[in-house]
Amino acid sequence: MAYLVSHPDEIRVVSKRFGMGATSLDRYLELDGYKALQKALGMQPDAIIAEVKTSNLRGRGGAGFPTGMKWSFVPKQSARPKYVLCNGDESEPGTCKDRLIFEHDPHSVIEGVMIAALAINSKVGYIYLRGEYRYLVEIMEKAVADAYARGFVGKNIFGSGHDLDVYVHSGAGAYEVGEESALMESLEGKRGVPRIKPPFPAVVGLWGGPTVINNVETLASVPHIILGGGQWFADLGTPKNGGTHLVSVSGNVEKPGVYELPLGYNFKKLIYEVAGGIQGGRKLKAVVPGGSSVPILRPEEIDAPFDYDGMAKAGSMMGSSAVIVLDDRICIVKFALRVMKFYQHESCGWCIPCREGTDWLKKTLIRFHSGGGVMKDIDNMKYLADNMLGRTFCPLGDAAAMPMQSYIEKFRPEFEAHLDGRPCPCEKVEELVATG
Amino acid sequence: MKFSDQLEQRFADMVTHYPTKRSVLVPILLYVQDELGAITDEAIHELAQRVELSDLEVRNVISYYSMMRTHPIGKYNFQICTNVSCLVRGADDLFEHCKKKLGVGHKESTPDGLFHLEEVECIGACSWAPAMMLNYEFVENLTPQKIDELIEGIKKKERQ
Repeated sequence: MAYLVSHPDEIRVVSKRFGMGATSLDRYLELDGYKALQKALGMQPDAIIAEVKTSNLRGRGGAGFPTGMKWSFVPKQSARPKYVLCNGDESEPGTCKDRLIFEHDPHSVIEGVMIAALAINSKVGYIYLRGEYRYLVEIMEKAVADAYARGFVGKNIFGSGHDLDVYVHSGAGAYEVGEESALMESLEGKRGVPRIKPPFPAVVGLWGGPTVINNVETLASVPHIILGGGQWFADLGTPKNGGTHLVSVSGNVEKPGVYELPLGYNFKKLIYEVAGGIQGGRKLKAVVPGGSSVPILRPEEIDAPFDYDGMAKAGSMMGSSAVIVLDDRICIVKFALRVMKFYQHESCGWCIPCREGTDWLKKTLIRFHSGGGVMKDIDNMKYLADNMLGRTFCPLGDAAAMPMQSYIEKFRPEFEAHLDGRPCPCEKVEELVATG
Repeated sequence: MKFSDQLEQRFADMVTHYPTKRSVLVPILLYVQDELGAITDEAIHELAQRVELSDLEVRNVISYYSMMRTHPIGKYNFQICTNVSCLVRGADDLFEHCKKKLGVGHKESTPDGLFHLEEVECIGACSWAPAMMLNYEFVENLTPQKIDELIEGIKKKERQ
């Protein structure tokens, strides 16, 4: 099991029950469990949404959309049933935080789903976990069964007259299913091919009903907001960037791990102090701040607040707060090749700019990295990425295009150094070719 | 065909969770695979009938998901993550090590049916990289020694 880390600068909200045995329902109740749900049962739906709006909570899955606003888009009256969907298809390379929530605090996810359901007046919630997380499916299934046994979930919860069911559902290996409409297709028992938008899920979602879909961490934050108050949560972060977030730090740092920090924490300090600096005292080459699909940052760009707005200003995105640190031994071309190989593998093939674009980028990079590149390839890769951006059904095409543009813009000399058949200083391209 | 009692129970429970029958497909296909070693033609036909789809529609779902397979593989599936967080911590050397040690390549099984090797995409163990999954179990902070121990441990267990 994944070990936990800590740092004095952490503010523990979502992770406050980590390592405290909260998978047991009794222990969870001792640690203020299900109090937020009981409080929410006494609130009007609009009041719940208002509290979440006040908290400035934004989606922790990657897009950073304000959660309260998302909930408010759900129509009050609907002929079809409404649904709440928890997106636990955590697959963005670099991201390993939702896993810890499921492992250490499963009831907080159930509670978050139920409060969201009360806010939009829905009677059913689904918690979707990626198929690889089988041990977590078991933890969640037990947590849900325990909550049913006590009458916290199901008919007439806490004697309130509300009926609310929560089910656990699992996937079977697909990055793309992390996209909200693809996840709905998958839950409906189909291929995870994204749907065209509009209509957005808030209006037409699961089985055509209005649906709120949120990331695990987003929903696990909700009970704390209801108990502590939206203003308290908002004040933990920076304006428009409320609260704390779980930061998955990986790559060439001394102390990789998942840390919970207030939004707006200095990004450079996060790498050099919280994560213990660069492995072996080497030099920093680059940082990916929000999972493999966001633009890469150079060392001189990292002295910025780590929140949605701070990262946007620095030229990247906070994404899923997955920080991947690269030291000076890492070849950017090789890194780019691995990232494009991933998107090519995960592209569902439904729309052409993504299917063809990722394939050509991968093929070009394989040739390029093995020493067969020409100058024109560099501009061609940039051209391909430019033309994919914003022209695909779902954000997977953007997720490949944005980092690709940034590798070339920010590390062009390194691409040029690979030209004229010169072997890459860090070679090892043959296995990428062999398994591609 | 009938599945194990446990799986039959799971199926019976799950169909009550959704307004449409086919919604059980993705998770149940994986449980069927765990039980049979692969999603066999017979299982596809059985499930298709139960959820009122054609066999082809079920196959269409299967082909989308990377964890699903219609042919059996080695009993112990070594899934080495080589995505970026693992890559920068030396995952490609580990994958190479596995290939040599097991004598098979990507998506190949050993002739004795004991081991299967696969290079996989991000498994969500980035802060504990490099990492792999051995069937459904995470093995983290990998080293060549750790991999050797796993392999030897399995061989020993299977000899008994």
